[in-house]
Amino acid sequence: MSVSFALLGLLEGGPRHGYDLKRSYDEAFGRDRALHYGQVYATMARLLKNGLVEVESEPGDGPDRKRYAITDAGITDMAAWLTQPEKPEPYLQSTLYTKVVLALMTGRDAAEVLDTQRSEHLRLMRELTRRKIDGDLADELICDHALFHLEADLRWLELTAARLDRLAEKVGR
Amino acid sequence: MTAPSSGTRPVLTAEDLHLGFGETRALQGASLSVYAGEVLALMGPSGSGKSTLLHCLAGILTPESGSVRYGDRDLARMSDTERSALRRGTFGFVFQFGQLVPELTCLENVALPLRLAGAARRDAHRRAADWLERLEVADVGGKRPGQASGGQGQRVAVARALVTEPTVIFADEPTGALDSLNGELVMKLFIAAAKETGAAVVLVTHEPRVAAYSDREAVVRDGRVRERELIR
Repeated sequence: MSVSFALLGLLEGGPRHGYDLKRSYDEAFGRDRALHYGQVYATMARLLKNGLVEVESEPGDGPDRKRYAITDAGITDMAAWLTQPEKPEPYLQSTLYTKVVLALMTGRDAAEVLDTQRSEHLRLMRELTRRKIDGDLADELICDHALFHLEADLRWLELTAARLDRLAEKVGR
Repeated sequence: MTAPSSGTRPVLTAEDLHLGFGETRALQGASLSVYAGEVLALMGPSGSGKSTLLHCLAGILTPESGSVRYGDRDLARMSDTERSALRRGTFGFVFQFGQLVPELTCLENVALPLRLAGAARRDAHRRAADWLERLEVADVGGKRPGQASGGQGQRVAVARALVTEPTVIFADEPTGALDSLNGELVMKLFIAAAKETGAAVVLVTHEPRVAAYSDREAVVRDGRVRERELIR
């Protein structure tokens, strides 16, 4: 979803060819995952079908002869997407909670589950921290976002670790 | 416990430490090794014994039983004078706050450990100025700690801990009193400088983002330690 809007946003600066869109996208957003050309053209085809972009053809053949431009409907959609907040998703906690409860229920070491997870989180946080130190401001901001999220998970881990005894009572061990 | 890369010897080893305060058993068989040049984060819930462990490692507290060895030497068997010398020259300390002498300028604060070790004033000030520069707080050298911001003061404290080029630096919640932006800056400069001098850092923190500056973590729980292997 956000790839379409990112490409739409890039088109707000003026019409572009597919390869140009890919390059600009990779530069601005694709540090971790560069776009495939196929993705660009598939996305453009969808946006075209929905009337959010239009094509300005140049003489010659092939997809790279096409220049894409954003339509008024595209600009309206883009603005709506920007003003719409994202759903905050409690993505990890539910899985981890299940693991901890299951560990307690089956008489396994629930603290070990949490310790292992902490270690894994910290491993990733170290990696991001190193990348941040060696990188530019964009790296710093992107890494910080991930770091704050991982930190939130870790705080939950610590809190759960501190409440294991109570949780054990509750699940009947 | 997993030993890190082969050939690396611990500079500091704690074995089976026990220590209590009244009814509270702070350490109950804590063992831990600190390797040369590593940054080790001591984590764990409050009251788990991590600060007590740090104070035992640094020779500030003496355990009731168990041993802390610096190289081959048992801290408990050293004389008070020897232990003080170790704390002044070989160990460095960074705390959460309140560690700078308010009557001295920041430059004089950083020069203080060198002066206590007998360095001439001019030489001590030159080296202190160099460390302030490295921590990017050269501009507060002439100010008193009260006139510097919290983040600047903490970087002055880091400079003071590093000025004697210690083998081990003990840092107890070094960013605890700072906002995230200043905390990050302190950690970045602190760890870079420690790596440059080859000092090992024992870092007590409850903040995961601060712990992420470490090479590995040891988790303290109920007065015992769970170490993780060194990741480089």
